Amino acid sequence: MPELLQFCVSGLTVGAVYALVALGFTIIYNASDVVNFAQGEFVMIGGMTTVFATAAGVPLPLAALGAVLVAMVVGLLLHRLAIEPARGASPVTLIIITIGASIFLRGLAQVVFDKQFHSLPAFSGNTPIRFGGAAILPQSFWVLGGAAVIVAVLWAFFNRTLIGKAVLATAANRLAARLVGINTSFVMGLSFVMSAAIGAVAGILVTPITLTSYDVGMLLALKGFAAAMLGGMGNPLGAVVGGLAVGLLEALGAGYISSTYKDAIAFIVILIVLFALPGGLFGKASVERV
Amino acid sequence: MGRLLSHRLAVPLVIALLVVALSFAMPSNFYYRVAALVWISALAVIGLNLLMGYAGQVSLGHAGFFGIGAYAVAVLPAQFGLHPLVAALLGAFATAALAFLVGRPILRLKGHYLAVATLGFGILIAMTISNEAWLTGGPDGMPVERLTLFGWRVRGADTWYWITGGLLVIGAWIACNLVASPTGRALRALHDSEVAARVAGIDVARAKLTVFVISAVYASVAGSTLALLNGFVTPDKANFLHSIELVTMVVLGGMGSVLGSLAGAAILVVLPQVLTGFHDYEHMILGLIMMVIMIVLRAGIVPSLAALFKGRWKK
Repeated sequence: MPELLQFCVSGLTVGAVYALVALGFTIIYNASDVVNFAQGEFVMIGGMTTVFATAAGVPLPLAALGAVLVAMVVGLLLHRLAIEPARGASPVTLIIITIGASIFLRGLAQVVFDKQFHSLPAFSGNTPIRFGGAAILPQSFWVLGGAAVIVAVLWAFFNRTLIGKAVLATAANRLAARLVGINTSFVMGLSFVMSAAIGAVAGILVTPITLTSYDVGMLLALKGFAAAMLGGMGNPLGAVVGGLAVGLLEALGAGYISSTYKDAIAFIVILIVLFALPGGLFGKASVERV
Repeated sequence: MGRLLSHRLAVPLVIALLVVALSFAMPSNFYYRVAALVWISALAVIGLNLLMGYAGQVSLGHAGFFGIGAYAVAVLPAQFGLHPLVAALLGAFATAALAFLVGRPILRLKGHYLAVATLGFGILIAMTISNEAWLTGGPDGMPVERLTLFGWRVRGADTWYWITGGLLVIGAWIACNLVASPTGRALRALHDSEVAARVAGIDVARAKLTVFVISAVYASVAGSTLALLNGFVTPDKANFLHSIELVTMVVLGGMGSVLGSLAGAAILVVLPQVLTGFHDYEHMILGLIMMVIMIVLRAGIVPSLAALFKGRWKK
């Protein structure tokens, strides 16, 4: 039993990061129909910038804040310089642009930072907390708590603020949103900035546990994409549940079945779910119009 | 002129002329080798383009099929003493059988869901290859027996240039014939609307499955050829990054264009070779070029340029 608890906690911790990446996918996808494969690079930028700022003597909270701001600027530039000029292009073309952006950002990180693996000191020490026979790293609570706070803030933003409702309106029907006076181009830019901030926070929180380097982004983007699809594309709740599920599956699969095949186990479950529910866990059945 | 270019023999002929003409401009063995790599990638990309460009179905798992072809010519001769050509043939058959089996359930999915399912399937193949070290040598890869044809040992970059170039022309010819056939028309119809295609009496599931199997065999043959050319295989050619690279080549060159497949493959194979001179800036420049091409020529290089020239002529 303690073993199971241990696997669940480590699975949920990694899953929280996947969930945040998947949320980033969902926000951008809803506002602009773009599947942003550069989403993982925001996680990398968050982690790497914090590592190098703290190494230069900046206190951790300030370094983390700076890293989030850097990621937000990168997100805004990505939208203004790469996505906006290609407005109206087919979704596949836009996906390849984001893949190009992801390669570019990885190359930039390699030049600005370096090619080594880096870690951060854990925020509140490394003494494991004993709970039900399992040893839990304090940093796990930071990751899970951080993810919970972000989800709560997002919920409030979308349901309680006027700008949030403008984003939802744009997601529902872009033309109608423009007709009622919503600046949809601003909303799309905002969605990139928000996704970048969420990714950066995830990167900062998880770096003490998983380390970071210039090339961690692509794999995270794929896992987050898979998680978003498992939950049902465009559904924020689905993104969170999908992310946590993928993390849990990996941890349980690695613990009980085979650590070399842990990615395979997660994808086998995703395949089975999609065969049964072709629109993901929370997706609506799609109807093709002729 | 336009009618001549639209003939289904035109594109393979253009490619054949290109292969012959380029052979006169090759300064060294290194260039022959890079060109051979372009032909091999283009072969796999033409297959994937049949699936993506004509049928409108995405696959993020084609590197898996590529890997099966590559490891077939590595494992079968080493374990059972088969001739590499027989091994390549068996690899292609195994790939076709596998694609046939998984194709039906997977192709029921649409759009991004299909992308994730094929991604997962490709990752399963790649993981099997890199984890079953007793058979495949694991992450370190394994050597491939040299190809001998009727007692003649195939070697030398220029020999491989002609072999791979020939394969590419055959692949382009088959693809152009397929596109012009009733199956090709069915694919384009279901690309526009599956419901409309079904109403018109097209067996949509069967048409999708056919082109999925064919495109998988293209990838497998390309994989076998690359393994024989290199004399060595590593699991990274079966990896999802290679799948993404293949998809990028399709879109960059132009969906639904055989010549575009060649252009996309040429850019993504040749550019990294050119950019190694820029050392640390290599990835930045590659990413930048990809973004600029897609923003300026958003339908892909060949279709966008063709549309541009057509517009000029009309004026």
